[in-house]
Amino acid sequence: MNLSRKWLNEFVKIDAPDKEFAEAMTLSGSKVEGTTDLGAEISKVVVGKIVSMERHPDSDHMWVCQLDVGQEEPVQICTGAWNIHVGDLVPVALHNSTLPGGKKITKGKLRGIMSNGMLCSLSELGLDERDFPYGVITAAALLNDYHPIDPAKPSIPADIQPGDKVFGPVVAAEVLECMPLGDGSYHTCMMVKDATVCPDIHCDNVHVGDMVAYNEKTDDICTLADLHAEQREFPHCIPDGIFVLHEDCKPGDDIKAVTGLDDHVVEFEITPNRPDCLSVIGLAREAAATFDAPLTLHEPEVKGGADGVLTDLLDVETPAADLVPRYTARMVRNVKIAPSPKWMRERLRAMGVRPINNIVDITNYVMLEYGQPMHAFDYRYVNGGKIIVRRAEEGEALTTLDGKEHRLTANHLVIADEGRAVGLAGIMGGLNSEIVDDTTDVVFESACFDGTCIRKGALALGMRTEASAKFEKGLDPLNTLPAVNRACELVELLGAGEVVDGCIDILNFVLHPVELPVEPDKINALLGTNVSREEMLSILKKLDFLVEEDPDVVTVPSWRGDVRRMADLAEEVARFHGYNNIPNTLMRGQTTQGGYSPVQKLENRLGELCRACGYSEIITYSFISPSYYDKILWPEDDFRRNSFKILNPLGEDTSIMRTTTLPSMLEILTRNCNYRNKSAWLYELGRIYQPGDEEGLANETKILTLGAYGNGMDFFTMKGTVEAILKDTRAKDIHFEPCAADHSYHPGRCAEVWSGDDCIGVFGQIHPQAAQNYGVDVELYCAELSFDVLLVTHGTDPEYAPLPKFPAVTRDIAVVCDEAVTVGALEAAIRKGAKGLLKDAALFDIYRGKGVAEGKKSVAFNLTLRADDRSLTGEEADADVKSILETLEKDCGAVLR
Amino acid sequence: MKEQLAKIRAEALSAFESVRDSAALDELRVKYLGKKGELTAVLKQMGRLSAEERPAMGQLANEVRAALENALDAASHKLEKAAMELKLKAETVDVTIPGKQVRVGRRHPMNTALEEIKDIFIGMGFTVLDGPEIELAELNFDRLNAEEGHPSRDWSDTFYFDEDSRVMLRSQTSPMQVRAMDSMELPIRIIAPGRVYRKDEVDATHSPMFHQVEGMVIDKNITMADLKGTLNTLAERLFGQGTVTRFRPHHFPFTEPSCEMDVQCHKCGGVGCPTCKGEGWIELLGAGMIHPRVLEMAGIDPEEWSGWAFGMGLERTALRRFKIADMRLIFENDVRFLEQF
Repeated sequence: MNLSRKWLNEFVKIDAPDKEFAEAMTLSGSKVEGTTDLGAEISKVVVGKIVSMERHPDSDHMWVCQLDVGQEEPVQICTGAWNIHVGDLVPVALHNSTLPGGKKITKGKLRGIMSNGMLCSLSELGLDERDFPYGVITAAALLNDYHPIDPAKPSIPADIQPGDKVFGPVVAAEVLECMPLGDGSYHTCMMVKDATVCPDIHCDNVHVGDMVAYNEKTDDICTLADLHAEQREFPHCIPDGIFVLHEDCKPGDDIKAVTGLDDHVVEFEITPNRPDCLSVIGLAREAAATFDAPLTLHEPEVKGGADGVLTDLLDVETPAADLVPRYTARMVRNVKIAPSPKWMRERLRAMGVRPINNIVDITNYVMLEYGQPMHAFDYRYVNGGKIIVRRAEEGEALTTLDGKEHRLTANHLVIADEGRAVGLAGIMGGLNSEIVDDTTDVVFESACFDGTCIRKGALALGMRTEASAKFEKGLDPLNTLPAVNRACELVELLGAGEVVDGCIDILNFVLHPVELPVEPDKINALLGTNVSREEMLSILKKLDFLVEEDPDVVTVPSWRGDVRRMADLAEEVARFHGYNNIPNTLMRGQTTQGGYSPVQKLENRLGELCRACGYSEIITYSFISPSYYDKILWPEDDFRRNSFKILNPLGEDTSIMRTTTLPSMLEILTRNCNYRNKSAWLYELGRIYQPGDEEGLANETKILTLGAYGNGMDFFTMKGTVEAILKDTRAKDIHFEPCAADHSYHPGRCAEVWSGDDCIGVFGQIHPQAAQNYGVDVELYCAELSFDVLLVTHGTDPEYAPLPKFPAVTRDIAVVCDEAVTVGALEAAIRKGAKGLLKDAALFDIYRGKGVAEGKKSVAFNLTLRADDRSLTGEEADADVKSILETLEKDCGAVLR
Repeated sequence: MKEQLAKIRAEALSAFESVRDSAALDELRVKYLGKKGELTAVLKQMGRLSAEERPAMGQLANEVRAALENALDAASHKLEKAAMELKLKAETVDVTIPGKQVRVGRRHPMNTALEEIKDIFIGMGFTVLDGPEIELAELNFDRLNAEEGHPSRDWSDTFYFDEDSRVMLRSQTSPMQVRAMDSMELPIRIIAPGRVYRKDEVDATHSPMFHQVEGMVIDKNITMADLKGTLNTLAERLFGQGTVTRFRPHHFPFTEPSCEMDVQCHKCGGVGCPTCKGEGWIELLGAGMIHPRVLEMAGIDPEEWSGWAFGMGLERTALRRFKIADMRLIFENDVRFLEQF
């Protein structure tokens, strides 16, 4: 919501500078997003009056002007514009002035002639023709500016003389006299052969001595279009030039004040509970309360008196009464569509609304001022003089003002006559009843529609408008009448038409003013303050809460639908007492025991472990594309593809909730690869979302995902990390099983990790095909460990085991076995064969080659044997080793090398 | 004999003095102090002395032996010291050669910021709660007083899984307030961090998935002053002692009164600069006193109990905390970024 401070000052006079104003309003609840000084970029630009002008001696198109700029001496400025005349008031950018866009003007010589500044066009001031419709420039085709396309074949002879025929009734004429009449037209006198003609013309670029094309039949001079000429044939006859002011101003006046660029516009962020603040009056009320300044509101007065009786002219029915709490309408006749006056255009422009014409501008003006959306439609298109506010019929067609055709449903509310819809209630008017230049009778509609209906309707059509945005928040039904009266008052003020007496006002609601008890103790108890009852009442009064004889009760104003109970009153009190005047205290009451749960402690520990192992934490999106399951080579019928699907995703890539974290990790690994990072070791403790929980929710479980490449990462490095994690969490009975079934992994370099009967997860090298799908050819290693299972297998707190008192005996053994026998099987045989003295069996070498037969390998272990109660003898140790070797041979066919 | 002893003493001491290595020293030891050494040879002549001469000569001989032994020790010590010096010199390294890399992973900056916040609240007796991200609209909206028609419920703002708009991706951590009220005994002090989702396109300050932390207290006699006191503590702990904050009125359906807390811009100290978009303040979080209607819906009597709640975005806090310019970096996970924290 933009607010013009000049407009605001009409209701409450606040002199505070912008920053102070913004701060105070923000702290009382109307958040200021920013302030714009409309003329901030303009300096030293003043009104100048053209005292005299001469053609530049060294240029075929420039003028040398002497201007009265309110100083003692006139100022000389050269200009290439042709639309100015002696006596014109124009914007003059003086030496060392600035213009919008950071443009700086300094004096200088133009073709040898001193120019002490610049005359400005509308656009150079940051304005356009909508701001100043009279600033439109009409250019005549000046024959002295004629440049034939083919110099050999000119359409108009270079030596053309007054009276010479150009074509048909058009002859050449030499201008003898040209006088601006002050309304944008010019009185002229021109010579046509031996006679003179004196047409009043509207072309702005004509001066004494110019040769023009005069149409004897229409008694007017020709433009380029009249001559069917091209622009390049008349290069200086362009519809552009200096902005000639028709304002009440004098030389030396600051141009900002003259053009309304001296306003400051404040942009507010209005919260949805305060639709009343989407208006100048609403913000004025807040400003008045904030600055403790008097608020002067104005009661609209309508003279009326136009021909006709309103009830004869117009009938309104509201069959959808539940959606139309109130419908108010008035009529204006003998409308003269014209631009609205400058003050109105300026205010609209400051608030970011484009001026269109007086009637449309009035509706916008009232909407801004009162926060009440209004609609004006052409009465002649309301067939039968009857307005019906009803639900649309299924499939009913309506073309709105923006030219778009819509198919409506019964959820839409339309304004219709007896035969057809003429507007989409609360959203946009219909094209079929638009205000046009020849509109003579206008109906002003000021209604209150059901917020939800308007919101849904606008949403379904994808056309949220200024009006619908207001309606959807729920407007005050008491505002419709003052608003429509204000519109009629403005019609009379602008002389835009005659208002018919009376008003159509259909009320489908019962007014229930909200009365609330004032409970200072409760309010203070909630706020932690000590505000007096008097201060509370004074604050509420400033906000137009009604405090009657009984000071224990206040009546909430009709526009404050957000105030319903004590807590709401407390907020009003707090806002104007000042949030920052509420003390800062620490909580009393029962102490509570804070801290982490065992789950959170394990989460934290796993993170610490991963980081200690060299992995950095990542955060990835929970949603993925369904095609990612293909990328990680999951079969078409894999049940894990069954994912939560977002019905309104931002895009395909974020359209389903992942049931695996693997694609997220792979995406990040490959991104790092593509960034040419030599290595990346990463982890994420993230969720997966599997369908099937209560109430249609997901089973959200956490997965500890590790992913890495480079810096020596290989299968056993990843396995070492997994082992470190399991060791730290004291998971028992860990074993690894080869896993060829997980399609995402290399079938020969993938393992499942188990703790007893619980499968903790899977790890290994990503299938080269999957890596290729991500566009990389490095070896990627990942592990996916189930947090839930880690939590289950998490061992109990450690218990001290006495340190050995007696020395250990070590024996190295190397056995030769078939290639197919796994180290795991050998280790199992060793443990099985030991007779209770074996403390550790550590693999230290695997050898293939000379001395070992083809298809065989030699595997060497370092055995540690120890008894807890005595020093072992060599014989005792040897007996154990012997048993171990026997078991190795028996179970694995492994023989001592 | 006296002369002999004096000679041995002089010769030996001089020899010990000038010895260069331990092998030579050992030879000297054998030569002078060994069983067949010179001193022993002299002592063997003791028998030839008279009984009167013997004690004096014996004492002298012992003195010489002691002197030699001391000198030998000293020489040996000196040699050891020299040897050690040589060894140390030989072992000297170029300390500017880089150390062997010990790879230590980094915590994601967003979680570092979260960790700080958790620590602060745990210290104040808060429990950390975790909850579902795929959530019922009933908990995300209805139970938080954002009824049908509230703009945030629009399909343009929130992700839904069914046509009835019943199951959604939570758009805030606030449903954890309701879950806590429904499942916990009063009084309650919780924080609930987690992922939330809104239909925002990715840019420098937006992401369709981001993180919030919710905080809530329900107890008897809880006031807005308590809320302010607690949040000021948070700001001081996060951004340093003396951090200036301000509270502005705002609107949330589930709190009344509602507020937003700003922190004075660390860059400009409140004067206004590009970091704070000229405002001098940076928005940190939204908060308020729990709306009585929300308490009522959870079966808690607002006449007896009151409470406050807050919600803050973690990404923006992390961005500010570590001066990160673009939120996209948070989810890009470039190791060159991650390893800076």
